[in-house]
Amino acid sequence: MGSPPRPSYVIAISAYISWTVWFLFGHIRDFIRDVFWASKARKDYAPIRQSYEDFYTRRVFYRLHDCFNRPIASAPSAWVDVLHRTPVNEDKPLELTGDQSKVLNLSSYNYLGFAASDEYCTPRVLDTLDRLGWGACCSRSEAGTTDKHVELEETVAEFLGVEAAITFPMGFATNAFNIPVIVGKGCLIISDSLNHASIVNGSRGSGAKIKVFKHDNMTHLEQILRTSIAEGQPRTRRPWKKILIIVEGIYSMEGEICSNLKTIVALKKKYKAYLFLDEAHSIGAIGETGRGATEHAGVNPRDVDVMMGTFTKSFGSCGGYIGGSKQLIKCIRNHCPAHLHATSMSPPAAEQVISALRLIMNKAGNGRGPQKIRTLRDNSNYVRKRLIDLGLEVLGDFDSPVMPVMIYNPGKLALFSRLCFRDGVAVVMVGFPATTLVNSRTRLCISAAHTKEDLDYALEVIEDVADQLVMRYRPKDHKKERKVRSAASHMMKAKAGG
Amino acid sequence: MALPAWLPHLVAAATLALLPPFAAADAVPSPPSPDISLRLAALGEWLWELWELIAPGGKLHPAGFLEHKGHLVVEALLVLLIAYLVWQPRSSPSKKADERLTEKEIDQLCEEWQPEPLCPEIESFPEVEKPLLATSVLGHHIEVDGEKLLNMVSTDFLGLSTSEHIKDVCRATINKYGVGSCGPRGFYGTVDVHLQLEESISEFMGTQETIIYSYDMATAASVLPAFANAKDVIVCDEAVHYPIQNGCTLSRAKVLKFKHNDMGDLERLLVKVAAEDKKLRKPLNRRFIVVEAIYHNTGELAPLDAIHALAAKHKYRLAVDESLAIGVLGPKGRGACEHFGLPPGGAEIVFASMGNALASAGGFCTGAREVADHQRLAGQGYCFSASQPPYLATSARAALEAVAGDGEGRRQVAKGAAQLRRELGRVAGLEVVGSHERDLLSPVVFLRLKDAPESSVEARRRLSELADWVRRRQRVLITIPISSPIEWRDWGPAIRIVVTARHGEGELRGLAKGLEEGLKELSKKW
Ligand SMILES: Cc1ncc(COP(=O)(O)O)c(C=O)c1O
Repeated sequence: MGSPPRPSYVIAISAYISWTVWFLFGHIRDFIRDVFWASKARKDYAPIRQSYEDFYTRRVFYRLHDCFNRPIASAPSAWVDVLHRTPVNEDKPLELTGDQSKVLNLSSYNYLGFAASDEYCTPRVLDTLDRLGWGACCSRSEAGTTDKHVELEETVAEFLGVEAAITFPMGFATNAFNIPVIVGKGCLIISDSLNHASIVNGSRGSGAKIKVFKHDNMTHLEQILRTSIAEGQPRTRRPWKKILIIVEGIYSMEGEICSNLKTIVALKKKYKAYLFLDEAHSIGAIGETGRGATEHAGVNPRDVDVMMGTFTKSFGSCGGYIGGSKQLIKCIRNHCPAHLHATSMSPPAAEQVISALRLIMNKAGNGRGPQKIRTLRDNSNYVRKRLIDLGLEVLGDFDSPVMPVMIYNPGKLALFSRLCFRDGVAVVMVGFPATTLVNSRTRLCISAAHTKEDLDYALEVIEDVADQLVMRYRPKDHKKERKVRSAASHMMKAKAGG
Repeated sequence: MALPAWLPHLVAAATLALLPPFAAADAVPSPPSPDISLRLAALGEWLWELWELIAPGGKLHPAGFLEHKGHLVVEALLVLLIAYLVWQPRSSPSKKADERLTEKEIDQLCEEWQPEPLCPEIESFPEVEKPLLATSVLGHHIEVDGEKLLNMVSTDFLGLSTSEHIKDVCRATINKYGVGSCGPRGFYGTVDVHLQLEESISEFMGTQETIIYSYDMATAASVLPAFANAKDVIVCDEAVHYPIQNGCTLSRAKVLKFKHNDMGDLERLLVKVAAEDKKLRKPLNRRFIVVEAIYHNTGELAPLDAIHALAAKHKYRLAVDESLAIGVLGPKGRGACEHFGLPPGGAEIVFASMGNALASAGGFCTGAREVADHQRLAGQGYCFSASQPPYLATSARAALEAVAGDGEGRRQVAKGAAQLRRELGRVAGLEVVGSHERDLLSPVVFLRLKDAPESSVEARRRLSELADWVRRRQRVLITIPISSPIEWRDWGPAIRIVVTARHGEGELRGLAKGLEEGLKELSKKW
């Protein structure tokens, strides 16, 4: 684990050729545009987007933007109504044609299937809407705290097994506005190289020094810890005030579970650093009782100083939380601008999380919550195993519901999305700049709402498309040839054996 | 990649070798000497000999030199020189080797290092420690901690948060779409209601295209970095609220702050930047003036007409946060740009929260197509976060319709704001922040004590006593905002009162009276 997938030379070269052609033609077109069409830029103003900044958007993204932002017209549950749009036409916006089709949804982060109406959650949400309205127009510290917010925070703290928790209406903002509260000038952030944009934003906004360790590489992490402590702050050489290590529970573009959490906790104890764990994708989705990466790795949640997560994924709502010691939460309550000034979380959204958590903790619903967690795990492992058997290059670990499949070639990327969509499967494309140039991939997100028939249907379509696009990059009889690729598949075998 | 350490040596050697031999001769003028003519003659002779050597036909003339294989000597010398330099022990790194810590020493240092605690021991604000607990909709009146109070804290200016129609819209949306969107806009998180809301906002604001964010605070913090980078300049008012401050930091642009609402200072800054740019011959960069229509921190209006004129004169783009002005200012409720009569597009980037007059949650940014469209790939909070819950989008859209038709509500707000500001202005001992004529329109009123004690803790205590008094005697809820230590500065404790269309003349007068009486009563004790 940890090393980026590496395509064979032939595939890498073909991918580079695709990019070269795109860039070459893009530049030729730019050149012609600049020569023959007077620029519309306002005189004496620098263009609001510099030509080089949006080159990628104009000349690459607009060739395949039909694969992104596809509008839907239903809840993002197992099947979703997708609205059709006009075909790509230069950089013009795509118009709705008025048609729509129902496709199998392998894109939404609807891990536990709470996106759709639920017999337990939805009536409660509607009751809360009736009683407390939908918008508070008020910050939490003024009068925007309702009984639902308090209940939500207590439930989250109980679920996580931490002393206290605080919630925010947006997961991204939870990172972006809380990391600056926790660390600042004179502090050091040691961040995994694949951390999410919200963490990067929060870190940059904090004024702390940021060092990046190679994804999931414990040796590198320890080395950075040691040298940083020994050398102190750059230039002034003063000792660091605090050191915060930031990792994620499941890396959303890799599907990998942070399997080294135990080591990280040991390291952070040894070097007296603090640990920030972003469980956006893992909370609810992994662990025997859905308690996320700590449970999966067998780590005591109280050993993680800052437990962060979001409600947008497993719980089908919106927002994010921070859990930790009473002292930490008190500090955030008093110092976080989002808590002090911004609109509080909409009460129905809070209720949705409370009800989902009650189901997951099996406090209601006759075991439906735990059943959902089991179904999700079975579904995920089933699909992952089948995809591997098909010879596709699947990233990530068993038990993780996020399954990136390598496509490598950017041309195939768009085609894969279009063909799957034609055959009624919605998948997500991830390419440059979210990955490196040759590491384009598609990403499947499995949900507990999928039935076995749904998944078989999806696999059939994927197999067909993968054949057309020559995507079976793994050797055919990989079972014999393949060395044990990850600790997780090892575990799988162990499970099967015992 | 670092250059090899010997490279500079080689370059230096080569430069020396190629320099004309007499370049060094004129370094030190020799003292005048009696037989100067003799010396001059000798020099002339020497020069002549040199010429013989290097002139065509001479031994050292390039042609002759090559012919006599003399170049081999030079080349051999160069090779030797390179070899010498390469083998020479490196001077600077070798020193470092002495400094380099042994593993043992590092262990020792790690052992010794003591971090600060994750969070410092802090004194909690009582209103944070034990916040008011609302158990009803935050309407005209709210129920907090079991008592019913007149609500003068929510920025629900037009009273839409209790609209039954909008509630029905929300209910229908939740039934159809569920609560969350479970994905970012790019990945099947774009629901048709988002597109409709974007269209409605564009129509309402009279702009080309709109982009919505799922949280108001993330809006400014994403918009600014999408357009400004390290080469650019952002000039902003020092009183802007935290999201704009955060956006400025994240953009890495050069950030200059002008004194709050001080046009003289703004102009001084603009002139200074222009002079500096001219001196350094900087290439044309993007320059922005960022202000708030109504400041969250002071409740004052920005003089947008003057700011726009300055921006146009100095070729700056204007970005305006209309959060508190949408639905409140302007004949159509489009905000301060309309109120001050800016031409369409006068502010190129307009962004606002949907959590105030629109009684929903989230934010939007609107403008020309290229402004909005660029953010769909560059707006961090847009790309990397789940989209707004559909029911909040439909509620915002329904609210927008109501706002567009509610000229009466806007007039009420304006009337109420002016009334309260005037009446409070007459209360001895209280100071209304924002004394300019234009501020009369602002429904967010900040109140300070006139002779506030030195210590802000004490001032805060007195203000909260006053707020408590009003709450107990008048059954009116008002608050004192708290500022975070990570903001640029603390604007000092002040009571914040929000006037909405629902507040009647009598209620406002009652509040002003109550504050006056409370102050009289309490100041005896102070
Ligand atoms: C690791 C991580 N953190 C934070 C977020 C942001 O969460 P939200 O979508 O609730 O804003 C995401 C979402 O994609 C994520 O993957």
